[in-house]
Amino acid sequence: MSNKIHVSATVNGDEVEFLCDPRETLLDALRDRLNLTGAKEGCGTGDCGACSVTVDGRLVCSCLMLGAEAEGKEIATIEGMAEGGELHPLQRKFIEHAALQCGVCTPGILVAAKNLLEKNPDPTEEQVRYWLAGNLCRCTGYDKIIRAVMDAAEEMRGAA
Amino acid sequence: MVEVNLWSGLRRFTDGELVVTVEAKTVGQMLDALVTAYPALEPVIESGVSIAVDGEVITDAHHIAVKPDSEIFLLQQLKGG
Amino acid sequence: MALDEVKPVVETGESYDSNKEFKYVGTRPNRPDGLDKVTGRAKYGADHAVANMLHAAVLRSPHAHARIVKIDTSKAEAAEGVKAVVIGTDLPEGLTGGDLHLQENTLARDKVYYDGHAVAAVAATSALAAKDAVKLIEVEYELLPHVIDVDEAMKPDAPVIREGDQGPTVPEGMHPNVVNYMEFGHGDLEAGFAAADLVLENTFKTEATHQGYIEPHACVGQLGEDGKGEMWVCTQGQWFIRKMCAAVLGLEASNLRVTPSEIGGGFGGKTTIFSEAISLALSRKAGGRPVKLVMTRSEVLRATGPTASTSMDVKIGMKKDGTITAGSVEFRMQGGAWPDMAPTGMALNCAFASYDMPAVHHVGYDVLANRPKAAAYRAPGSPMAAFAVESLVDEMCRELKLDPIEVRMKNGAKEGTKASYGPTFKQIGLMQTLEAAKAHPNLQAELGPNQGRGVACGFWFNHGGETSVTVALGNDGTVTVSAGTPDIGGSRASVALMVAETLGIPYDHVRVNIVETGALGFNEPSHGSRATFATGKAAVESCNQAIKEMCRRAAKKWGIDEDAVEWKDGAAHPAGPNAGEFPPMTIKKIAQSMGRSGGPISGHHETTAGGVGESFGTHVVDVEVDPETGKTTILRYLVVQDAGRAIHPSYVEGQYQGGAAQGIGWALNEEYVYDDMGRLQNPVFLDYRVPVASDLPMIDTVIVEVPNPGHPYGVRGVGETGITPPLPAIANAIADATGCRMRHLPMTPVKVLKAIKERVNG
Repeated sequence: MSNKIHVSATVNGDEVEFLCDPRETLLDALRDRLNLTGAKEGCGTGDCGACSVTVDGRLVCSCLMLGAEAEGKEIATIEGMAEGGELHPLQRKFIEHAALQCGVCTPGILVAAKNLLEKNPDPTEEQVRYWLAGNLCRCTGYDKIIRAVMDAAEEMRGAA
Repeated sequence: MVEVNLWSGLRRFTDGELVVTVEAKTVGQMLDALVTAYPALEPVIESGVSIAVDGEVITDAHHIAVKPDSEIFLLQQLKGG
Repeated sequence: MALDEVKPVVETGESYDSNKEFKYVGTRPNRPDGLDKVTGRAKYGADHAVANMLHAAVLRSPHAHARIVKIDTSKAEAAEGVKAVVIGTDLPEGLTGGDLHLQENTLARDKVYYDGHAVAAVAATSALAAKDAVKLIEVEYELLPHVIDVDEAMKPDAPVIREGDQGPTVPEGMHPNVVNYMEFGHGDLEAGFAAADLVLENTFKTEATHQGYIEPHACVGQLGEDGKGEMWVCTQGQWFIRKMCAAVLGLEASNLRVTPSEIGGGFGGKTTIFSEAISLALSRKAGGRPVKLVMTRSEVLRATGPTASTSMDVKIGMKKDGTITAGSVEFRMQGGAWPDMAPTGMALNCAFASYDMPAVHHVGYDVLANRPKAAAYRAPGSPMAAFAVESLVDEMCRELKLDPIEVRMKNGAKEGTKASYGPTFKQIGLMQTLEAAKAHPNLQAELGPNQGRGVACGFWFNHGGETSVTVALGNDGTVTVSAGTPDIGGSRASVALMVAETLGIPYDHVRVNIVETGALGFNEPSHGSRATFATGKAAVESCNQAIKEMCRRAAKKWGIDEDAVEWKDGAAHPAGPNAGEFPPMTIKKIAQSMGRSGGPISGHHETTAGGVGESFGTHVVDVEVDPETGKTTILRYLVVQDAGRAIHPSYVEGQYQGGAAQGIGWALNEEYVYDDMGRLQNPVFLDYRVPVASDLPMIDTVIVEVPNPGHPYGVRGVGETGITPPLPAIANAIADATGCRMRHLPMTPVKVLKAIKERVNG
């Protein structure tokens, strides 16, 4: 007797379906059902942001959402950030600015930063810092991360 | 012969001596010689010490050479994080 | 064997002159694993899954100190999906010392020693089934009195945590919880204090903090009936994991193959095992099925290895002109419920390391408490020691109206100084960091109301350690480096740069792989700021070996003497006009024909690396303290530190900034909070509050380079020193801003506000 729930959703532009336990989070479903391990569980309580994804364009901690709630939604994860073989300017700038050390917080921060720049293409340093306050990094002290985001924003404004 | 500087807390195992001279060509031989000269040092050395040879701190490298004019200090064991 | 037959390998005393122009070393190329890490492709500890895999859950003690009377696992064993249950008595008996302690911490035997101590574990077909089953295990405890505070734990009436672990140097009559004692110093202390114009003494305290890596411990362990096993694990040191799991479970080391995943931070906390052996024990009981064990954040905070909490007394004598005449310290530190985990010895060695001390005395105690088994945290002991000593030095500078940088320059350790811990310093860069800090524009910034500036210096020894590296030539002239130190902060890039430089080939032609335990000799973890130093040095020596062989192949082809061939710019050349007229033989050409010319070509080097160079740093911080809330805002932060030589400057800067950020959190916010039952109250990131992006400004860095003659490229480890000055620098800045001297970390708004109010009220 299975209590599993059948979920259909769109992830990174692809239609997907999976079965999940009603107690599983969206993060569990992405990682264990769809093998999309880019989003990480750093805390399970929505405090670290390592699990950041967007759901219908809204930035969420996927550890705070149930897998079942993904039904019919459009979900974007780090795996969908590069278009084809081409990296998003944020991804390129992170490598260029050495904005990662261990890299475990990087997927969450990239997803969050992308979401910010979609809403506000010209943020101040303070606005970037406050937007990313929900994404913990223990390695970098955030300096190079902020520089990378500001630099990517500038490039994207120039290209627009 | 090499001169080994011990830390003051070890005095009671060495009849009050803080500088001990032993016959040795490597760090390992030196530690063995210290224990031979002062058996009460054995548990301390067994639990691990670091050694500074000519200013450089070494842990667990018993093959390192020591010379008669080497400056040698025994230190609490060091590890990093 | 007679003494004079031994031919010692001289590692210490080798001297490299690295004052040259470099093509690759010192540049900032993209790191080789960058693409994987920005796309989510990189695989960390919890990202691995295999067929037939089970999931583990662990039952942990809710009590700080208790005897285990009875464990009944029958209901769990019968639960849906459960394939194995293990408890402490399932592990082999007869271990002693450090191995026994690791085993006891893995699964409790007859006593639990802290809130969160593992008691039992379950493997089931799903993570949820395992979590449900673990709740069905029934444990009967007999509660025992507990003690949390380090000074309380030393008192005659303190509950005894362990018997018989007192070290040989502990003075007679001390409580059994005092497990180690250290004492050392030099000079005439009494005379030194007598010669001072000002003698101050004070007590400083710090609370336990956690390394706070974002990735919880995770592994997939598989162990068969035949004692052969595999493990995938996020770790700083796969050989240490192998050694420790083998000890705890009674396995042969070579039968356990440990593969390191990418690691999401470690800072010392992943140099040892906590629950890893449980996955293997469960696997064996489950008929060899692989078992995935991932810790939750609460488990990480409750049951892995935070650093010690401390109580420190410092006394310093200083003349009116700023000359330090004498210093003494007594440090009391608790490292949890097991001996040899508190970093007291290292803290003592670091305490006065930045100073030329004519007379100095150190006493230290290592104390047990009902807290988790402490682990290393970035320069273990050094930050606390710096907090105590650098704060008191600052107090004295203020009282004597002396400039804190000038006083440090006056008394600072240099080449030839007798270190506070005994030996004579060789070449070090403390003075250069002070000079650079003094000259930095941040020192000119105007300070407004409620703002203050603090300065402090810091130090770490750095480490060499067992290292084994292979450099192998590919058939197309590109090169593969097999290294054993996991890449936590960009060290693949540094190693690739050094190999490219040594061989004279493009950086992109070098690939660095971090390999599993079966592929190389023993390697110590990425700890002690040793990865770039030791792996780099061994990689360079491996290259030299390969170069020798490639020159030999060219010599043979040309029909000339081996000594008549030299290596330059990625090719073998005849050395001088007398050697003959031959066009250079490139690495690619040699590689393409290596099978015919003698066989595969690689270089290998293993050693316990010597030639380590210390790293000193000076930090300057400006703060603003809100007089109504006690909140401290960091306005400006400057890190100046000696890197010897920065192989990849961006990743050196990264270490400086990261260390500073952890220090800022430790100084202002982070601490372990316990209730009166000894239970941890803040095992989640909401309440164990680490710095976030909006807490910090940009962190300015200056890389000073005083090359280390013990490394071919002059490298000094840099990873750890950066966390040592922030604690006192920020305390000094707060004192400057408010007139209040904070002596107990963290300096939370509540504490600072209280101090401000007390000062205002007189």
